[in-house]
Amino acid sequence: MVWRRIFRTLAEGPATEPAAPIGDAATQALAAQLDAAAQTRLGRSLSIRHMDAGSCNGCELEIHALNNIVYDLERFGLRFVASPRHADVLLVTGPLSRNLREALIQTWQATPDPKWVVAMGDCAVDGGVFKGSYAIDGTGTGGIAAGVPVDLKIPGCPPTPAAILVALRTLIDANAG
Amino acid sequence: MMGPASEIILRGTEEPCRPWIRRTLSREDWTALVAALPAQPGLALVTLWADTAQAHALFVNEDTGDILPVSTAIIEGGYPALSPARPAAAWLERMVRDLWGHSALGGTDDRPWLDHGRWPHTFPNAIRPGPMGPPPEPPEFLPVTGEDLHQVAVGPIHAGIIEPGHFRFTAQGETVVRLEIRLGYTHKGTLSLMRSKSPRAAARFAARLSGDSTVAHSIAFARATEAALGVEAPARANGLRGVMAEIERIANHLGDVGAICNDASFAFALARFGFHREAMLRAAHAAFGHRLMMDAVVPGGVAGDIAPGGAEAILAAIAGVEAELPELVHVYENYSSLIDRVVGTGVITRTLADRFATGGHVGRAAGRTGDARLHPGYPPYPDLMVVVPSFPEGDVDARVRIRFAEIAESIRLLRLLLQDLPGGALATTLPMLSGEGIGCAESFRGDVWHWLRLDNGQIASVFMRDPSWAQWPLLEAAIEGNIIADFPLCNKSFNCSYSGVDL
Repeated sequence: MVWRRIFRTLAEGPATEPAAPIGDAATQALAAQLDAAAQTRLGRSLSIRHMDAGSCNGCELEIHALNNIVYDLERFGLRFVASPRHADVLLVTGPLSRNLREALIQTWQATPDPKWVVAMGDCAVDGGVFKGSYAIDGTGTGGIAAGVPVDLKIPGCPPTPAAILVALRTLIDANAG
Repeated sequence: MMGPASEIILRGTEEPCRPWIRRTLSREDWTALVAALPAQPGLALVTLWADTAQAHALFVNEDTGDILPVSTAIIEGGYPALSPARPAAAWLERMVRDLWGHSALGGTDDRPWLDHGRWPHTFPNAIRPGPMGPPPEPPEFLPVTGEDLHQVAVGPIHAGIIEPGHFRFTAQGETVVRLEIRLGYTHKGTLSLMRSKSPRAAARFAARLSGDSTVAHSIAFARATEAALGVEAPARANGLRGVMAEIERIANHLGDVGAICNDASFAFALARFGFHREAMLRAAHAAFGHRLMMDAVVPGGVAGDIAPGGAEAILAAIAGVEAELPELVHVYENYSSLIDRVVGTGVITRTLADRFATGGHVGRAAGRTGDARLHPGYPPYPDLMVVVPSFPEGDVDARVRIRFAEIAESIRLLRLLLQDLPGGALATTLPMLSGEGIGCAESFRGDVWHWLRLDNGQIASVFMRDPSWAQWPLLEAAIEGNIIADFPLCNKSFNCSYSGVDL
């Protein structure tokens, strides 16, 4: 059964969809923010470490979807790694609960430079619906920026895999100069 | 069979909670209830919560089907604990203490739970929250004694793309002798944020208690609101809620089965199940405008109608699942390297599942048969003759097979629901009234219960119970005697919600 399916895929082509185009303006705007030294060091391949800073798990479902055969994240040189010590990008979800503040900062410190932080989902961007709760850090603009510097924001509740993919590919393109 | 504990509950003062009357017991009667509980094991504790004046418990008499909410006044900051008679109460009592400051007198465990010593004040839901506590101490774990034991501390940040929690394994060689789980990391103060809001505004929080069960939690919250206000959602809204709930169930089961197989390094299954999960989410987007259908169910009905072409998209997605599922089940059953990992792994017994009144695939894979769609039952299910699978083995394999059976059943239900969607209004107007209600729904994980009290159309007090409260403690038991390397399989086969219990 397994081999039959694999042969069929070889004959019919994979279920993976072609990538949507990404905007030049967005890439250039992001490139201007990024560290030139990092661009030469990391090139077109980025390792991502996901961190949940208090999400409802909706964002995690859509991050999982990026790894399915329809979106197939790894074809773009992006891959998820198990440790922040192996990561170039921290992909952070959730409004930054106070109970996770120390864990987020430690994760950020464990990530070697050069590194980027992506705030994914409305909660991570500014606290979302949980803004103003006693259990959320909420300093400054709220969201995870209350704990670590943020380089890229992906709004949405949760953002669709297509939107996450466009944002991460923009990061690669901007990074590759 | 009535039972001694039920009789004590029925003696209480009746309070106008709908659709199930809540009864208030005196301190003496509540104490007598705790003493009578061991003699009536069929009186299952579903959940325990509080408001500023009372502690509330929800019992279901599994012998008669009676649903029995019961309360007692908080006297001198406490109430007699249920945990000596119902172990499932232990985590809930710790949660009540951290949020409202009420102590469970004589409880089995008084360590903090949600409060990690990092909030600006203690007891955030109390009338007068306390001052900030001392700086956070390292958490205290249960003692373990024996020779050659070592501890493995995992989390709160895990290696995969999952929610945060801390697992403290004590192992002898490779074998786990005790697992203790510490949660509360994703606590967002959700119950506190919902207070003083209209049900319509608060529904956004119910929808975000646990993103994977957003539809089920939204239905339970909507039904609690509708019960409190004495209104009914229109028939079309009930039909559409059923469609959304079954899509959610299929999508989650597909995702979980793929992930379980992947935890045994069988990537083929992850690829195929992931493909079908994606098809279900796209159909949900085509039909209801959101892949997870967040905020699509609202108190009073549904937010919008099914889009033109939505039904066809759903039917096409389930036809795809149905066409390949038998092949995939065959593959699952015949890959010996996979079966070797899942059969006999992470066993929980029927006795244990009964003690915790565990629902969903965890309970049904250990011989239990409960399903909120059948009991207490709610529209649109009573006419659909829902078939609920149950297996006695209690291992990872049984939990996978429950999901296979539920996917097939939900496909059947979806076809019936779409074939016969009633016409008419999508939502009913909610009056600005006071009242108290309980709502229930069956999520892919099990039975979800919501309780709320409205004061002139605004939420005065609310509690939301995710099925994970009755499943996490069983995961601690399931891994005992297994090797640490099998923990991902056990954990994924349960797939408890962190956010759902962290509130």
